[in-house]
Amino acid sequence: MRDALEVPEGSQVVSHLNPPASYDLADHPAPTGREEVWRFTPLKRLRGILDGEASDASLTWTTSLPEGVTMSTITAQEARDLGELGPNERPAALAVANAGGAVLVDVPAELVADEPLVIDLSGTSADDLVWGHLVFRVGHHAEVTIVVTHTGSARYCATTSYLVGEGAQVDVVSLQDWDDDAVHLGRDAISVGRDARVKHTSISFGGDLVRMHANVSYAGPGGESELLGLYFADEGQHLEHRLFVDHDAPRTQSNVLYKGALQGKGAHTVWIGNVLIRKVAEGIETYEENRNLVLTDGCQADSVPNLEIETGEIEGAGHASATARFDDQQLFYLRSRGVTEQEARRLVLHGFFHDLIRKVGVPSLEERLTATVEEELSKNVFRADHVAPVDQPTVAAEAGA
Amino acid sequence: MATLEIKDLHVAVAASDEDGGTEGFKQILKGVDLTIRDGETHAIMGPNGSGKSTLAYSIAGHPKYTVTQGSVTLDGVDVLSMSVDERARAGLFLAMQYPVEVPGVSVANFLRTAKTAIDGEAPKLRTWVKDVNAAMEQVKMDTAFAQRSVNEGFSGGEKKRHEIVQLELLDPKVAVLDETDSGLDIDALKIVSEGVNRFKANADKGVLLITHYTRILRYITPDFVHVFVDGRMVEQGGPELADELEAHGYDKYVTAKA
Repeated sequence: MRDALEVPEGSQVVSHLNPPASYDLADHPAPTGREEVWRFTPLKRLRGILDGEASDASLTWTTSLPEGVTMSTITAQEARDLGELGPNERPAALAVANAGGAVLVDVPAELVADEPLVIDLSGTSADDLVWGHLVFRVGHHAEVTIVVTHTGSARYCATTSYLVGEGAQVDVVSLQDWDDDAVHLGRDAISVGRDARVKHTSISFGGDLVRMHANVSYAGPGGESELLGLYFADEGQHLEHRLFVDHDAPRTQSNVLYKGALQGKGAHTVWIGNVLIRKVAEGIETYEENRNLVLTDGCQADSVPNLEIETGEIEGAGHASATARFDDQQLFYLRSRGVTEQEARRLVLHGFFHDLIRKVGVPSLEERLTATVEEELSKNVFRADHVAPVDQPTVAAEAGA
Repeated sequence: MATLEIKDLHVAVAASDEDGGTEGFKQILKGVDLTIRDGETHAIMGPNGSGKSTLAYSIAGHPKYTVTQGSVTLDGVDVLSMSVDERARAGLFLAMQYPVEVPGVSVANFLRTAKTAIDGEAPKLRTWVKDVNAAMEQVKMDTAFAQRSVNEGFSGGEKKRHEIVQLELLDPKVAVLDETDSGLDIDALKIVSEGVNRFKANADKGVLLITHYTRILRYITPDFVHVFVDGRMVEQGGPELADELEAHGYDKYVTAKA
């Protein structure tokens, strides 16, 4: 018998964008690399994670829980019974199968947390294969900020569900700040309750290969989600972010903004923005945007927004994607006010990231993010000899010719 | 003193930029002569596509435009050999028709950075904040705009007022206003015009006002009016020329050309 999830008759729409959820590994065969969902990922660099070997290695957990929040261990079956979002790809299915149970973090209903809920996960070696299975259950009308950071090194494959109750307000930040050799396959799956609001921010700086999913579905009408992302790929790094927003309830909203920069040979970023608007999802509003800034030669930024619409009764749906070197119009505007080219570049770059960092809304993190971005930038772009030339001959040079 | 002198200016643009053609360059300005002296306000009027904005952007040094012949000097100094930012530091200012949005850079940061670049030193903090607030209040912009990203989410009128704030604070020698009146309602048009008139009232300032319509000339009185058609001046006169254009339009000039 197939172990597909039970869904009410008629509501199962096989999206062209995302495979259906299933706990059965047979439904998620090992990829060849030609599959739509795998074609951007260099499979070799996953270093065998998808073989699904058992492993009892773990990351070091350092937690800071606001008063009232509890943490416990549950079985995989219990996690499933809680209504987590089932695995829709092999890594998530493997994580559930191999993690030997899930960590459940419970935020009680109506709890308004003053302090962020912080979980720092740290590994010691990329030889360690670590499976992770987490469930955050946020009760109705609770308000909480959840920060999950990843540092050190590991081959880490995890699935995390956020079950957000009615009217709750949740900010989630997942920070991938790994050492250079880490490999991370992660899936954050969010169920947005009726009239709940969720902001999810995924930030990837470190690691050899990071492939993060952010999936959203709605447990009732009126839910809002905002999905933000920030990434900075250096030489040789592969940073991939895949979004799937499943508008499966009426009057729901989603707003996606991912911004990334690339520098150095072989820096590769992938952004896939899938939005499905189901027949039932009348009156919804969605917008997604991805912007990439290519700072040097030899980088590759793939950006694919997909919008699949099954009802015409929507408020609005749109997407935008742009990958460019510096915006010449912005540079011209600043320079026409006397600002030197180098200073104009610095301002534009700063602005590019600051624009997103200020939206994250976690003050304790903003400083750290700004500092990391500064550090990344200082590796390259402020050294004039490494700055990619902008195709911008001055009029003077032309006139003199 | 401030004298902007444009002589026999020819400017071309890469044809592919304009119409996907493969012919290389398309000539837009075909010999422009214009001298703006201290205290003078010149209005350049012309139909769409005549090259008015090209003239403005060429003076500012936009990389899209290539000067193929002629000269531009400010107080005798060659402007064309200067980079975009050098031109601004030399005393040229271009108020743009479509001011550019710069996400994540606050108006306050932008203005201070520009002022520092123009003056060669950071403005004194105490007087600077006062100056910024005063400049914003004069164009009836809420001072809260200082904390917003440059032009981001501004209405058309707010963007133009922000240009006037910059004109006021950066205090150039010559201001080129490229269709600053377009898209403004009557209140905003008056506010923007008052800003230009305040600038004009200072000693030794030149203004080049590029416009499609005569209505802004009811609020800013030009000393000279030039009619611009197909990349060159076809007629010059005093303010009365604007009235004639108001009555008869550009047809006469466009037909004469054809």
